[in-house]
Formats: sequence, C-alpha cells, structure tokens
Amino acid sequence: MSVLIDKSTKIIVQGFTGKFGTFHAEEMIKYGSNVVGGVTPGKGGQKHLNLPVFNTVKDAVKNTGASASILFVHPAFAADSAMEAADAGIKTCVAITDGIPSHDMIKIKRYMRRYLRSQKMTLVGPNCAGVISPGKSMLGIMPGHIYKEGRVGIIGRSGTLGYEAAQQLKNLNIGVSTSVGIGGDPINGSSFRDILEKFEEDDETDAVLMIGEIGGPQEVNAGKFAKENMKKPVIAYIAGLTAPKGRVMGHAGAIVSAYGESATEKVEILKEYGVSISKNPSVMGETVKKALEK
Amino acid sequence: MDIHEYQAKKILSNFGVNIPRGGIVYSPEDAENKAREIGGSKWVVKAQVHSGARGKAGGIIVCNSTLEVAQATDKLLGKKLVTNQTGPEGKIINRIYIEEATDIKKELYLGLVFDRSSECIMVVASTEGGMSVEEISQEKPETIIRSKIEAAVGMQEFQAREIAFGLGIDSKLISRAAEAIRGCYKAFSELDATMVEVNPLVISEQEQVLALDCKMSFDNNALFRRNQVSELRDKTQENPSEVYASDRGLNYVSLDGNIGNIINGAGLAMASMDMIKLAGGEPANFLDVGGGATPEKIVKAFRLIMMDKKVKVILVNIFAGINRCDWVAEGIVQALQKIEVNMPLVIRLAGTNVEKGNKILKESNLNYIEASTLEDAANKAVKALKELG
Repeated sequence: MSVLIDKSTKIIVQGFTGKFGTFHAEEMIKYGSNVVGGVTPGKGGQKHLNLPVFNTVKDAVKNTGASASILFVHPAFAADSAMEAADAGIKTCVAITDGIPSHDMIKIKRYMRRYLRSQKMTLVGPNCAGVISPGKSMLGIMPGHIYKEGRVGIIGRSGTLGYEAAQQLKNLNIGVSTSVGIGGDPINGSSFRDILEKFEEDDETDAVLMIGEIGGPQEVNAGKFAKENMKKPVIAYIAGLTAPKGRVMGHAGAIVSAYGESATEKVEILKEYGVSISKNPSVMGETVKKALEK
Repeated sequence: MDIHEYQAKKILSNFGVNIPRGGIVYSPEDAENKAREIGGSKWVVKAQVHSGARGKAGGIIVCNSTLEVAQATDKLLGKKLVTNQTGPEGKIINRIYIEEATDIKKELYLGLVFDRSSECIMVVASTEGGMSVEEISQEKPETIIRSKIEAAVGMQEFQAREIAFGLGIDSKLISRAAEAIRGCYKAFSELDATMVEVNPLVISEQEQVLALDCKMSFDNNALFRRNQVSELRDKTQENPSEVYASDRGLNYVSLDGNIGNIINGAGLAMASMDMIKLAGGEPANFLDVGGGATPEKIVKAFRLIMMDKKVKVILVNIFAGINRCDWVAEGIVQALQKIEVNMPLVIRLAGTNVEKGNKILKESNLNYIEASTLEDAANKAVKALKELG
C-alpha cells in the first residue's frame, strides 16, 4: 500500500469540463490513474474525455464508486465543492485551487467535524500540486515521470520544490512511495503531522522527507509527533532562511509572525526532536540517502 | 491588504464601535475648517500611513488651537514618515486625519488574528494598551488574555464579557466594552479580515469606550467578494516595484541584496534565495513567476528585475514539469530579444527535457552562464558578482 491512493483508486474530477480540469484529467489518465468521470453542475448526462459527467458528487459516487476527487474549481466556489465531496462520501479530496479565502478554509474544517474520524474525508491542499503514488496513480498536476517508484514518502508545501526533491532522489536511484503536496496556504486540509501519521502506518514507506517553509506551527508540531510516535526516520528541509519577518513570500501561509516560525528557529526545534536536517535545498536527496543507510 | 487608520475606524464605527469624532483632510485650510467643525479646544493631527509606531516617529501631533492644527498639517503633508516598521525609505503622507482629543482614563490593547494552531479566530487583549503586542508579550506577558472564537457560531456575549472583565473594566461599563469587542469581531469575520488591532482601546474620563487607533489587514484571496474593502487600497503606501509586480500577476518581494532572482514556484524561490545566502551572496528579491513559467511572465519578470538598480547579477532557476524545459528556454530566448540584460546572467533549468532546453539556450547566441544544480547556480551567481569587483 502507498498512502491515500493506489492503482485501483477510482477518481472523479470536480470542475471536469473546464480548461484546467480537462488538461490535467488527460494527464492523469495518461499516467494510468483510474479516472472514472467528473462533476460539472448543469452538465450531467454529457460525456467528456469519453467519461460520464455528473451534476453532483453524490451522483458521481453512486454511479462510479469513486473514492477520490480532485478539485479544479474557482476559489469562490471551491469551499462548497470540498464540502460537497465530504458529504458524498469521498475519502480523499485534493484541492488544487489557489486563492481560497482563509475564512472559507475554517468553514470547511468546522463542517468536516460532523463526520466520525473513520468516515472523515482527507482533504489535501488547497494551493498544492496534489498526490502521486509513483507507478500506481496520480491525483495531481505534477509531472509524473520525474518520480521513481520506491519507498520514501514526501510531504511538501511547494510544488516545484517538491519536484526538485523527487528529481534529486531519482538521480540517486531512490524512489518514492507517495508524494503529498499539502499546499502553501495558512489553513490547509491536512497538516504535515496528519500525513506523517499515514506514512508511519504504511508498510511500503521506509522514511519520510518533509519539505517545509517559514510561517505557522505545522513543521514543529510534525517534529514533535515524529519524536513521540514514529519509528521511521524523518528528514526535513525548511525553506526561507533569507525571508524577512512579516512579509508574505508567495505562499499566503509563508509569513513569519511569531517565535518558532522562521526557518532558523524551525530547524533548531526539529533538530531537538531528532529530525535529520537537509542543510540546503541541493542536498535533500543526499540527506535522505544518509538517513536510509543508518 | 492593509488600510489606513481612518478607514479602519470608519469600518469599526459601522459595526457599532465608538470612535472619537474626526475627519480626513488634504490641506492645512481643510484641516483648520475640520477642527472648527469638530469643535472643542484640543485636537490630534494624525499622519495616515500604513504603519504603526507613528507617534514615536512624529506623525501624531496634539494641537491646542485651529492654527496649530493647520501648521501641524502643513508640516506633515507630502513628507515621508519613517517609523520602525516602514524601513529607512519611509512612507509618503498624503492624507491627514483630524480628530478630537480624548481624555484618557485607561488604555487597553485588543487584537484579533487567525490562530493557525487551533484554526480559530483568536482574540488577544491586555491592560497594557499603547505598547505594541510584541512589547507586551515580552514585558508584561501576565497581562495577556486570549480567547478562541468558534467561527461557525461567532463570538458569544459571555466571551466578550469575560474579556472585558479580564481587562478590569468597571462593572457599569462592561456591556459597552463587550459591545465594542463584539463589534471588532464582527468586522473581522464579516469582511474577511486577517487582523484587526485596536491599540489603544480606551476608557475616557467621560466613561466612553473608544477605539483610539486601529489597524486592519484583509485576506487578498477574499477581495473578490469584498468590493467595499478593495476600494480602500492605497497604492502610494506600497513598494512601487511590488505594485508593478502585483499588477502583472507576479509574486514579488523586494529585498536588500544584489542578486536578482527569477524562479517558478514560491518554495523553490525561497530555496534558491537560501542557496544564494549560503554561497555568500544576498538576494535582491523574491520572485515567483508561477509554476508554469510562461514566456509572457518571464518577459515581465526580466523587466521588473532590470528596474531594480541594486541588481548586479541575475539568476534564473526554472524547474519545468509539464511545461517542459525546451518551451521555457524558448521563452527565455524570446524575452532576451526584447530586453537588454547588461549584466551576468546565470540560468539553471531542471526537469522535463532539460537537455533540449539547454541546447536551445546554447545555440541562441545568448550571453549567459549555464548551471546544473541549485548549488551550482548559486555558486556561479556569487562568483560572477565577485568578478565584477
């Protein structure tokens, strides 16, 4: 098993008939993902990319048995779509959308509290590259071919920095079990800690590379979790050493506003929790290799 | 997005929070008239710039006659106010707020922010108004009261009451104070704010509860549904290069160094800047052209970087995925036909079709330095800078 998705995972695309939805649905199908249809309200009953289009997520789930969805919905409607997916019984939803208001993210997370833990959807993102289990399935917008199949888990906020890491690993002949992009927003569906927990339980993952950045408490919380609950080695790189305090660095969540949120402070705290630190972004792969050799 | 004090106060007032009487003026004559209109015998002339700590920087002047009001306004208008938050370049004063002076009995601090740990709205209050929240948490942490608000049901009356009692407010003023606190919360939640700070919130000698100063920031991602807020943007208070960038869909932050950066993706941009620093250089900027790195964005990015006089070397680092390096390389070649870059240029491509991409760059007669890894790129940029002397 990889985490979140594998070869058999049935996927629907929310915002299926739009430009981005269409393009990335095609890419996912080419990669071998089991895309079974999509949702665009008002276009139910039509065919798109030779697959059925449904009006509601519930209809799509009922007719296709889908358990995962990917969201390419405009920021103004994305929160609504994510809640619709949760209510329809989707297990994993990846929100690609960049620009969802923070107040809406709070709303989604409160809404999801109504479900039992065992029935609760895992929301990944928003503002992320998605999830890939190399060689099995891609639920995202990443270039699939740069990921080699293997046994290292990756969790990261940034898309391109995650690709950089996958490439470095591939160059060292190290493969990836699953890579999860949790996105750059201040409030997101799944935290580093949430995904670490899944990797710790996964028997096809041997180590986890965490690619964090300045801002927020998530990297530190994940480090604490790793120390207290994990047997597998965790390796981390934290971007934003040169970022000035109080400025947003591209990602809405990348802003240092309190103690423990700068790159230097996060690195210090993670070290104390026994996390192996990649000193610079050029040696993420090598640091993982060393940790695996230990 | 930040707004001015007077705009924030107007918003608070619409949500039932009392503020001193006042008005915005653009000339000393206006100021004098406004002071007369407000009445009384004491006024405060306040420079409207997007910064705190204006008082210490001389941007807030107490006046005892309408003549003094006019003189103070004349002194401030058109000047740049340099506070400990604006940086050495300061911010231009284009608007002056004239306000009736308040007889202060008690100064309190009230702030509302998102708490990223609990994913709730957090109220932070203290009896030590007038100090910055950083100073309070260092010097008087025991005075800080925190209250988490469940956004789904909003702030309850008991929560506002608890905060008010916690601040030691006189029993007969509790309901007034609680109303002010709830007003601030409503403004925060109904307008997609990310920060509302009333500092100080005062109890006056006349036993009124008044917001004497207020700062507000809003979620840029929510401006599409907050027209009344986005109208309040004042671009004169923002860094001109950053305004130029945001108008063109680029994510840009101006920094102090001299190595200019053009990178796709925010995380990779921060990582490249880190590499520059570790190689012994200083980045001149953060610039994310977006994951796709389209040729149009790359042209705009070069134009923007060339506007920055500090820049001595340019580093381009693109990780091409679905967009492919060959396509990105063609974009760079096209961009450099339109823009003259008269300084060392280091280009690092990675990802899909990297060989094809590098071949296109090589065959283009472009004067540049090729780099292979992140580290190689940073080292070459710093080396090129040193060779300039």
